[in-house]
Amino acid sequence: MIYLKLFLSFFQIGLLSFGGGYAAMPLIQGQVVLSNGWLDMAEFTDLITISQMTPGPIAINSATFVGLKIAGLPGAVAATVSCILPSCIIVTVITKLYLKYRKMDLFQGVLNSLRPAVVAMIASAGISILISAFWGKSSGISLGTTKWSMVVIFAVCVVLLKKFKLNPVWVMLLAGVMKVGEAMIAGAM
Amino acid sequence: MQKNKMSAVGNKKNILLKLFFSTLYLSAFTFGGGYVIVTLMKKKFVDGYHWIDEEEMLDLTAIAQSSPGAIAVNGAIVVGYKLAGAVGALTAITATIIPPFFIISIVSVFYNMFRNNFFVSQMLEGMQAGVGAVIASVVYEMGSGIVRGKNAASIIIMSGAFIAGCIFNINVVCIIIVCALIGAARTFFERGRKKAE
Repeated sequence: MIYLKLFLSFFQIGLLSFGGGYAAMPLIQGQVVLSNGWLDMAEFTDLITISQMTPGPIAINSATFVGLKIAGLPGAVAATVSCILPSCIIVTVITKLYLKYRKMDLFQGVLNSLRPAVVAMIASAGISILISAFWGKSSGISLGTTKWSMVVIFAVCVVLLKKFKLNPVWVMLLAGVMKVGEAMIAGAM
Repeated sequence: MQKNKMSAVGNKKNILLKLFFSTLYLSAFTFGGGYVIVTLMKKKFVDGYHWIDEEEMLDLTAIAQSSPGAIAVNGAIVVGYKLAGAVGALTAITATIIPPFFIISIVSVFYNMFRNNFFVSQMLEGMQAGVGAVIASVVYEMGSGIVRGKNAASIIIMSGAFIAGCIFNINVVCIIIVCALIGAARTFFERGRKKAE
Protein backbone atom coordinates (compact mmCIF):
# COMPACT_ATOMS: atom_id res chain seq x y z
CA MET A 1 0.00 0.00 0.00
CA ILE A 2 1.57 3.18 -1.31
CA TYR A 3 0.16 5.61 1.28
CA LEU A 4 1.50 3.52 4.11
CA LYS A 5 4.93 3.42 2.45
CA LEU A 6 4.90 7.19 1.97
CA PHE A 7 3.82 7.63 5.56
CA LEU A 8 6.58 5.41 6.95
CA SER A 9 9.30 7.01 4.83
CA PHE A 10 8.41 10.62 5.52
CA PHE A 11 7.69 9.96 9.17
CA GLN A 12 11.28 8.71 9.49
CA ILE A 13 12.57 11.76 7.65
CA GLY A 14 10.64 14.05 9.99
CA LEU A 15 11.67 12.11 13.06
CA LEU A 16 15.40 11.87 12.40
CA SER A 17 16.42 15.09 10.66
CA PHE A 18 18.17 17.09 13.36
CA GLY A 19 19.64 20.49 12.66
CA GLY A 20 17.45 21.92 9.94
CA GLY A 21 18.31 22.97 6.40
CA TYR A 22 20.46 20.40 4.70
CA ALA A 23 20.25 17.91 7.57
CA ALA A 24 17.16 16.32 6.04
CA MET A 25 18.85 15.87 2.67
CA PRO A 26 20.77 12.61 3.33
CA LEU A 27 17.66 11.10 4.95
CA ILE A 28 15.49 12.06 1.99
CA GLN A 29 18.06 10.60 -0.38
CA GLY A 30 18.14 7.38 1.66
CA GLN A 31 14.38 6.93 1.67
CA VAL A 32 13.40 8.33 -1.68
CA VAL A 33 16.31 7.30 -3.93
CA LEU A 34 17.97 4.30 -2.27
CA SER A 35 15.25 2.45 -0.35
CA ASN A 36 12.17 3.06 -2.49
CA GLY A 37 13.46 4.22 -5.87
CA TRP A 38 10.77 6.90 -6.15
CA LEU A 39 13.23 9.32 -7.73
CA ASP A 40 16.51 8.74 -9.55
CA MET A 41 19.60 10.67 -8.54
CA ALA A 42 19.11 13.35 -11.25
CA GLU A 43 15.50 13.94 -10.21
CA PHE A 44 16.56 14.08 -6.57
CA THR A 45 19.15 16.73 -7.40
CA ASP A 46 16.52 18.69 -9.35
CA LEU A 47 14.31 18.50 -6.27
CA ILE A 48 17.06 19.89 -4.03
CA THR A 49 17.69 22.65 -6.58
CA ILE A 50 13.97 23.53 -6.72
CA SER A 51 13.83 23.52 -2.91
CA GLN A 52 16.68 25.99 -2.81
CA MET A 53 14.91 28.35 -5.14
CA THR A 54 11.48 28.31 -3.49
CA PRO A 55 10.52 29.20 0.07
CA GLY A 56 9.80 26.36 2.46
CA PRO A 57 11.85 23.66 4.18
CA ILE A 58 13.55 20.98 2.05
CA ALA A 59 11.70 18.19 3.86
CA ILE A 60 8.24 19.68 3.23
CA ASN A 61 9.08 20.47 -0.39
CA SER A 62 10.31 16.92 -0.93
CA ALA A 63 7.29 15.36 0.71
CA THR A 64 4.92 17.34 -1.48
CA PHE A 65 6.96 16.70 -4.65
CA VAL A 66 7.45 12.97 -4.12
CA GLY A 67 3.90 12.42 -2.85
CA LEU A 68 2.46 14.11 -5.95
CA LYS A 69 4.67 12.11 -8.27
CA ILE A 70 3.95 8.75 -6.64
CA ALA A 71 0.29 9.03 -5.64
CA GLY A 72 -1.18 12.34 -6.81
CA LEU A 73 -2.69 14.95 -4.51
CA PRO A 74 -3.73 12.51 -1.74
CA GLY A 75 -0.14 11.20 -1.79
CA ALA A 76 1.21 14.74 -1.43
CA VAL A 77 -1.05 15.40 1.55
CA ALA A 78 -0.16 12.06 3.14
CA ALA A 79 3.59 12.56 2.73
CA THR A 80 3.53 16.18 3.95
CA VAL A 81 1.45 15.38 7.02
CA SER A 82 3.64 12.36 7.88
CA CYS A 83 6.70 14.53 7.59
CA ILE A 84 5.50 17.08 10.17
CA LEU A 85 3.76 14.64 12.51
CA PRO A 86 6.92 13.77 14.53
CA SER A 87 7.68 17.49 14.97
CA CYS A 88 4.15 18.15 16.18
CA ILE A 89 4.40 15.48 18.85
CA ILE A 90 8.00 15.98 19.96
CA VAL A 91 8.12 19.77 19.90
CA THR A 92 4.81 20.10 21.74
CA VAL A 93 5.97 17.71 24.47
CA ILE A 94 9.33 19.44 24.84
CA THR A 95 7.76 22.92 24.90
CA LYS A 96 5.37 21.72 27.57
CA LEU A 97 8.21 20.25 29.62
CA TYR A 98 10.31 23.36 29.10
CA LEU A 99 7.54 25.72 30.19
CA LYS A 100 7.25 23.56 33.30
CA TYR A 101 10.87 22.69 34.19
CA ARG A 102 13.06 25.00 32.07
CA LYS A 103 15.90 22.49 31.79
CA MET A 104 17.20 20.46 28.92
CA ASP A 105 20.80 19.28 29.26
CA LEU A 106 20.24 15.69 28.07
CA PHE A 107 18.73 17.11 24.95
CA GLN A 108 21.67 19.42 24.33
CA GLY A 109 24.05 16.51 24.98
CA VAL A 110 22.42 14.37 22.33
CA LEU A 111 22.49 17.29 19.95
CA ASN A 112 26.19 17.92 20.50
CA SER A 113 26.96 14.42 19.28
CA LEU A 114 24.55 14.60 16.36
CA ARG A 115 25.87 17.83 14.90
CA PRO A 116 29.19 16.41 13.63
CA ALA A 117 27.45 13.31 12.29
CA VAL A 118 24.98 15.47 10.41
CA VAL A 119 27.84 17.39 8.75
CA ALA A 120 29.41 14.10 7.67
CA MET A 121 26.16 12.84 6.19
CA ILE A 122 25.48 16.08 4.33
CA ALA A 123 28.99 15.73 2.89
CA SER A 124 28.25 12.21 1.79
CA ALA A 125 24.94 13.19 0.14
CA GLY A 126 26.75 16.10 -1.53
CA ILE A 127 29.30 13.67 -2.97
CA SER A 128 26.58 11.55 -4.56
CA ILE A 129 25.06 14.68 -6.09
CA LEU A 130 28.44 15.61 -7.56
CA ILE A 131 28.99 12.08 -8.88
CA SER A 132 25.62 12.29 -10.59
CA ALA A 133 26.51 15.74 -11.97
CA PHE A 134 29.99 14.82 -13.24
CA TRP A 135 29.32 11.33 -14.58
CA GLY A 136 25.54 11.26 -15.12
CA LYS A 137 24.04 7.85 -15.64
CA SER A 138 27.23 6.33 -17.15
CA SER A 139 28.02 3.13 -15.34
CA GLY A 140 31.61 3.77 -14.30
CA ILE A 141 33.59 6.66 -12.92
CA SER A 142 36.57 7.23 -15.18
CA LEU A 143 38.39 10.15 -16.76
CA GLY A 144 36.97 9.28 -20.17
CA THR A 145 33.33 9.50 -19.10
CA THR A 146 33.72 12.73 -17.12
CA LYS A 147 31.61 15.69 -18.25
CA TRP A 148 34.36 18.28 -17.99
CA SER A 149 32.02 21.21 -18.60
CA MET A 150 30.23 20.31 -15.37
CA VAL A 151 33.51 20.14 -13.45
CA VAL A 152 34.40 23.62 -14.72
CA ILE A 153 30.94 25.00 -13.80
CA PHE A 154 31.31 23.47 -10.32
CA ALA A 155 34.72 25.09 -9.86
CA VAL A 156 33.43 28.50 -11.01
CA CYS A 157 30.50 28.20 -8.58
CA VAL A 158 32.78 27.35 -5.66
CA VAL A 159 34.87 30.44 -6.39
CA LEU A 160 31.75 32.63 -6.70
CA LEU A 161 30.45 31.34 -3.37
CA LYS A 162 33.65 31.36 -1.35
CA LYS A 163 35.54 34.28 -2.79
CA PHE A 164 32.78 36.62 -3.91
CA LYS A 165 30.20 35.50 -1.31
CA LEU A 166 27.50 35.49 -3.98
CA ASN A 167 23.98 34.47 -2.94
CA PRO A 168 23.50 30.68 -3.48
CA VAL A 169 20.31 31.17 -5.50
CA TRP A 170 22.18 33.37 -8.00
CA VAL A 171 25.07 30.91 -8.13
CA MET A 172 22.72 28.07 -9.03
CA LEU A 173 20.93 30.11 -11.69
CA LEU A 174 24.28 31.10 -13.14
CA ALA A 175 25.36 27.46 -13.21
CA GLY A 176 22.25 26.65 -15.23
CA VAL A 177 22.88 29.53 -17.64
CA MET A 178 26.52 28.47 -18.10
CA LYS A 179 25.41 24.95 -19.02
CA VAL A 180 22.82 26.23 -21.52
CA GLY A 181 25.53 28.40 -23.08
CA GLU A 182 27.92 25.47 -23.28
CA ALA A 183 25.26 23.24 -24.86
CA MET A 184 24.41 25.89 -27.47
CA ILE A 185 28.05 26.39 -28.41
CA ALA A 186 28.55 22.62 -28.58
CA GLY A 187 25.40 22.38 -30.73
CA ALA A 188 26.58 25.09 -33.12
CA MET A 189 29.91 23.36 -33.61
CA MET B 1 0.82 36.89 31.72
CA GLN B 2 -1.82 39.01 33.41
CA LYS B 3 -2.98 40.31 30.09
CA ASN B 4 -3.39 36.77 28.75
CA LYS B 5 -5.56 35.74 31.65
CA MET B 6 -7.84 38.70 31.27
CA SER B 7 -8.25 38.24 27.54
CA ALA B 8 -11.74 37.29 26.41
CA VAL B 9 -12.73 34.63 23.87
CA GLY B 10 -12.97 37.26 21.13
CA ASN B 11 -9.41 38.30 21.86
CA LYS B 12 -8.20 34.71 21.50
CA LYS B 13 -9.84 34.44 18.12
CA ASN B 14 -8.09 37.62 17.17
CA ILE B 15 -4.76 36.18 18.27
CA LEU B 16 -5.34 33.02 16.23
CA LEU B 17 -6.19 35.05 13.13
CA LYS B 18 -3.13 37.25 13.51
CA LEU B 19 -1.00 34.16 14.20
CA PHE B 20 -2.34 32.45 11.09
CA PHE B 21 -1.71 35.33 8.72
CA SER B 22 1.68 36.31 10.08
CA THR B 23 3.03 32.72 9.88
CA LEU B 24 1.49 32.33 6.42
CA TYR B 25 3.22 35.49 5.28
CA LEU B 26 6.56 34.52 6.79
CA SER B 27 6.42 31.06 5.27
CA ALA B 28 5.52 32.32 1.80
CA PHE B 29 8.23 34.94 1.54
CA THR B 30 11.16 33.63 3.51
CA PHE B 31 13.95 32.24 1.37
CA GLY B 32 17.02 30.84 3.01
CA GLY B 33 15.75 28.25 5.40
CA GLY B 34 14.73 27.77 8.99
CA TYR B 35 17.27 29.96 10.74
CA VAL B 36 16.08 33.00 8.84
CA ILE B 37 12.41 32.32 9.51
CA VAL B 38 12.99 31.92 13.26
CA THR B 39 14.71 35.31 13.35
CA LEU B 40 11.77 36.88 11.53
CA MET B 41 9.34 35.22 13.92
CA LYS B 42 11.20 36.82 16.79
CA LYS B 43 10.90 40.23 15.09
CA LYS B 44 7.18 39.75 14.59
CA PHE B 45 6.09 38.18 17.88
CA VAL B 46 8.58 39.70 20.33
CA ASP B 47 9.36 43.12 18.87
CA GLY B 48 6.16 43.63 16.87
CA TYR B 49 3.26 42.18 18.87
CA HIS B 50 4.98 41.83 22.28
CA TRP B 51 3.31 38.46 22.73
CA ILE B 52 6.43 36.68 23.95
CA ASP B 53 9.34 38.12 25.96
CA GLU B 54 12.86 38.07 24.57
CA GLU B 55 14.36 35.56 27.00
CA GLU B 56 11.60 33.04 26.48
CA MET B 57 11.83 33.41 22.71
CA LEU B 58 15.53 32.50 22.87
CA ASP B 59 14.70 29.26 24.66
CA LEU B 60 11.80 28.50 22.34
CA THR B 61 14.15 29.05 19.40
CA ALA B 62 16.63 26.63 20.95
CA ILE B 63 13.88 24.04 21.21
CA ALA B 64 12.85 24.59 17.59
CA GLN B 65 16.42 24.28 16.39
CA SER B 66 17.35 21.24 18.40
CA SER B 67 14.20 19.18 17.84
CA PRO B 68 13.98 16.88 14.83
CA GLY B 69 12.20 18.17 11.75
CA ALA B 70 12.18 21.39 9.76
CA ILE B 71 13.11 24.43 11.86
CA ALA B 72 10.40 26.59 10.27
CA VAL B 73 7.72 24.06 11.24
CA ASN B 74 9.16 23.63 14.74
CA GLY B 75 9.31 27.40 15.18
CA ALA B 76 5.65 27.67 14.23
CA ILE B 77 4.78 24.95 16.75
CA VAL B 78 6.61 26.52 19.70
CA VAL B 79 5.23 29.99 19.05
CA GLY B 80 1.70 28.73 18.35
CA TYR B 81 1.72 26.49 21.41
CA LYS B 82 3.06 29.22 23.64
CA LEU B 83 0.38 31.66 22.50
CA ALA B 84 -2.71 29.49 22.31
CA GLY B 85 -1.95 25.90 23.27
CA ALA B 86 -2.63 23.01 20.92
CA VAL B 87 -5.06 25.03 18.79
CA GLY B 88 -2.43 27.70 18.35
CA ALA B 89 0.19 25.14 17.34
CA LEU B 90 -2.17 23.62 14.78
CA THR B 91 -3.03 27.05 13.37
CA ALA B 92 0.62 28.01 13.00
CA ILE B 93 1.58 24.67 11.39
CA THR B 94 -1.23 24.88 8.86
CA ALA B 95 -0.23 28.40 7.91
CA THR B 96 3.41 27.35 7.61
CA ILE B 97 2.93 24.41 5.28
CA ILE B 98 0.29 25.91 2.97
CA PRO B 99 2.71 28.09 0.94
CA PRO B 100 5.40 25.45 0.20
CA PHE B 101 2.69 22.87 -0.50
CA PHE B 102 1.07 25.02 -3.18
CA ILE B 103 4.28 26.34 -4.65
CA ILE B 104 5.80 22.86 -5.01
CA SER B 105 2.55 21.47 -6.44
CA ILE B 106 2.62 24.12 -9.15
CA VAL B 107 6.35 23.72 -9.77
CA SER B 108 5.98 19.98 -10.10
CA VAL B 109 3.34 20.35 -12.82
CA PHE B 110 5.72 22.55 -14.77
CA TYR B 111 8.62 20.25 -14.01
CA ASN B 112 6.84 17.33 -15.67
CA MET B 113 5.84 19.50 -18.63
CA PHE B 114 9.22 21.04 -19.26
CA ARG B 115 11.77 18.52 -18.01
CA ASN B 116 12.40 17.26 -21.55
CA ASN B 117 12.63 20.70 -23.12
CA PHE B 118 16.21 21.26 -24.31
CA PHE B 119 16.81 24.55 -22.47
CA VAL B 120 15.15 23.46 -19.25
CA SER B 121 17.01 20.16 -19.13
CA GLN B 122 20.36 21.86 -19.81
CA MET B 123 19.55 24.50 -17.20
CA LEU B 124 18.67 21.86 -14.61
CA GLU B 125 21.77 19.85 -15.46
CA GLY B 126 24.00 22.88 -14.98
CA MET B 127 22.26 23.66 -11.72
CA GLN B 128 23.31 20.22 -10.44
CA ALA B 129 26.89 21.46 -10.47
CA GLY B 130 25.70 24.68 -8.79
CA VAL B 131 23.82 22.94 -5.99
CA GLY B 132 26.83 20.63 -5.54
CA ALA B 133 28.98 23.71 -5.04
CA VAL B 134 26.50 25.22 -2.55
CA ILE B 135 26.48 21.98 -0.54
CA ALA B 136 30.27 21.75 -0.69
CA SER B 137 30.58 25.25 0.74
CA VAL B 138 28.00 24.56 3.48
CA VAL B 139 29.87 21.38 4.45
CA TYR B 140 33.16 23.27 4.44
CA GLU B 141 31.78 25.93 6.79
CA MET B 142 30.07 23.50 9.16
CA GLY B 143 32.98 21.05 9.10
CA SER B 144 35.65 23.65 9.77
CA GLY B 145 33.53 24.96 12.65
CA ILE B 146 33.66 21.51 14.21
CA VAL B 147 37.39 21.03 13.57
CA ARG B 148 38.10 24.46 15.08
CA GLY B 149 36.06 23.48 18.16
CA LYS B 150 38.97 21.10 18.91
CA ASN B 151 36.69 18.61 20.63
CA ALA B 152 38.22 15.18 19.96
CA ALA B 153 34.93 13.33 20.40
CA SER B 154 33.15 15.54 17.86
CA ILE B 155 35.92 15.13 15.29
CA ILE B 156 35.93 11.33 15.77
CA ILE B 157 32.13 11.21 15.40
CA MET B 158 32.33 13.31 12.23
CA SER B 159 35.02 11.13 10.62
CA GLY B 160 33.35 7.93 11.77
CA ALA B 161 29.96 8.95 10.42
CA PHE B 162 31.52 9.96 7.10
CA ILE B 163 33.35 6.64 6.69
CA ALA B 164 30.25 4.68 7.72
CA GLY B 165 27.96 6.56 5.33
CA CYS B 166 30.13 7.26 2.33
CA ILE B 167 32.42 4.22 2.20
CA PHE B 168 30.46 1.42 3.88
CA ASN B 169 27.03 2.71 2.72
CA ILE B 170 25.56 2.24 6.19
CA ASN B 171 21.97 3.46 6.45
CA VAL B 172 21.61 7.11 7.54
CA VAL B 173 18.94 6.15 10.10
CA CYS B 174 21.37 3.76 11.86
CA ILE B 175 24.11 6.38 11.95
CA ILE B 176 21.80 8.99 13.50
CA ILE B 177 20.49 6.60 16.15
CA VAL B 178 23.98 5.44 17.13
CA CYS B 179 25.27 9.03 17.38
CA ALA B 180 22.24 10.08 19.44
CA LEU B 181 22.94 7.20 21.86
CA ILE B 182 26.60 8.22 22.09
CA GLY B 183 25.43 11.76 22.94
CA ALA B 184 23.08 10.52 25.65
CA ALA B 185 25.82 8.33 27.12
CA ARG B 186 28.23 11.28 27.13
CA THR B 187 25.70 13.44 28.98
CA PHE B 188 25.13 10.80 31.68
CA PHE B 189 28.88 10.29 31.98
CA GLU B 190 29.46 14.04 32.45
CA ARG B 191 26.64 14.26 34.99
CA GLY B 192 28.19 11.41 36.98
CA ARG B 193 31.59 13.06 36.88
CA LYS B 194 30.18 16.40 38.05
CA LYS B 195 28.48 14.67 40.96
CA ALA B 196 31.72 12.88 41.87
CA GLU B 197 33.59 16.18 42.02
